[in-house]
Amino acid sequence: MAIILDHVNYIYGADTGTPVHALKDVCLSIPDGQFIGIIGHTGSGKSTLMQHLNGLVKASSGAIYYDGENIYDKGYNLKKLRTKVGLVFQYPEHQLFEETVIKDVAFGPKNLKLDKKECELRAYDALKKVGFPDELIYASPFDLSGGQKRRVAIAGVLAMNPQVLILDEPTAGLDPQGQKEILNLIKKLRDESGLTILLVSHSMEDVAEYVDRIVVMNKGEVFLDNTPKEVFKHYKELEEIGLAAPQVTYIMHELAAKGYDVDVNATTIAEAADSIAAMLRQ
Amino acid sequence: MFRDITLGQFYQTDSVIHRLDPRVKLLGTVLFFVSLFCFNNPVGYAVAMLFLAMVIIISNVPFTYMIKGLRSIIFILLITVVVNLFAVTGEPVVSFWKLTVTKEGIIQAVYMIFKLSMLIIGSSIVTLTTTPNNLTDGLEKGLGFLKIFKVPVHEVAMMMSIALRFIPILLEETDKIMKAQLARGADFESGNIFKRVKAYVPILVPLFVSAFRRANDLAMAMEARCYRGGASRTKMKPLKYAGRDVIAYVILFVYTAGSIVAGRLPAFSIDSLFAMVKSIIER
Repeated sequence: MAIILDHVNYIYGADTGTPVHALKDVCLSIPDGQFIGIIGHTGSGKSTLMQHLNGLVKASSGAIYYDGENIYDKGYNLKKLRTKVGLVFQYPEHQLFEETVIKDVAFGPKNLKLDKKECELRAYDALKKVGFPDELIYASPFDLSGGQKRRVAIAGVLAMNPQVLILDEPTAGLDPQGQKEILNLIKKLRDESGLTILLVSHSMEDVAEYVDRIVVMNKGEVFLDNTPKEVFKHYKELEEIGLAAPQVTYIMHELAAKGYDVDVNATTIAEAADSIAAMLRQ
Repeated sequence: MFRDITLGQFYQTDSVIHRLDPRVKLLGTVLFFVSLFCFNNPVGYAVAMLFLAMVIIISNVPFTYMIKGLRSIIFILLITVVVNLFAVTGEPVVSFWKLTVTKEGIIQAVYMIFKLSMLIIGSSIVTLTTTPNNLTDGLEKGLGFLKIFKVPVHEVAMMMSIALRFIPILLEETDKIMKAQLARGADFESGNIFKRVKAYVPILVPLFVSAFRRANDLAMAMEARCYRGGASRTKMKPLKYAGRDVIAYVILFVYTAGSIVAGRLPAFSIDSLFAMVKSIIER
């Protein structure tokens, strides 16, 4: 068991007269190597939850265990935790600052006090992992396209060699092509290096195809926590909290309602197509 | 990380002070400042403090929240106290090495603490109880007469309101960038002063880039809506004085006049008060 959240509560702004209970009694366990989608409406606490996992935000109550150790214990090395749990923020390209791409990606390893050669090696390695073209590694990160910038920013976190990678809305603001590329890249990372991945998103469509498990957040609470198939069975409830199941779920349910014998649990377009084809063949 | 800064922030609640016309509050602040410098005796301070306390209570803003802003000026307060303690000449109380603490110095130092704290709290009341939009509207209207002297009042007010509007956004942005760099192992706390200043480069560069990007976006959005400055622009909610504003003006003028008069009366001077206390004790 890699990460365990035990009754985590987070309240902020208690002294401004409008306290916000951002996380309510969240209990989760995140085993090694799992690909988890965290879904929730804006303000559901999903981003706040992510920032707890590497100790950037301290819970008001409750405990978080990483590899059996409570990260709130006195003397726990948070800096080390942050190298193990890599966090890619929303719009990560907004934190680029160096003159060249390679230097920016090497910022993480440099903070680990590695020697220069090792830093550059790791940076180059990370850039390769995200499929960044060689000829641009000495370009200024500010001259790149949106999709490329995002790759650089993700590489910046990967260069720390984390075991857990958290991505907060990694596809936000990209065109459909760019979104697909980033999602495929994440899948590749998971398949090739066995990273534990947490993908935060507000779109079911995004995650349904890729993840092993979906955690649905609503108003700071864990609303559902199960495999995509099981979660999408609750598509009516999901709508009530402002989310939606993937479009195929709706199509399959409507077909079933009209008397066609199709699998309503299909979550991806491929599965749905197979099911419809099988039904037509009969 | 930056949630502690209260100076220049609006506190959302409802009170008479919140509903007052911003021009009243602005003039009130100016008058309050003037009154602070008009007297130099304990009774004057007591009157000012009473007045300030009254306003704070009516404003519904928690006092603890208000004095958070004072924390940032503690250093300045300390310097003033030390300078006053030693620099004011008069009746010596204690002296060591080449420095002498005088009775006048102590009195002056205490006065200065009160004066500065009241200045800060007094000015923060305006920003705490007035939305930035209202504040700049008030400034624009209240200083409108300066247009005669070719002062671009509207433009300055617009710049101010944009600047005020962007403070919380940029603070949030700083917080976000800081967290993102922390997540990449950045260290802002250890090392000597040069190292620490250098550690802030990864925050400042993205912050400036984003500030320019936002400024550009905003300029574009304003152009797209045909914004052309102040000439013959009308307001959606023009400022209008209500009954409570008149009452507030009356209270303000009475207070100012009262504190100026109280501050001038020799009977209230510190020496006569000392004498009075002495005579009571001796009796």
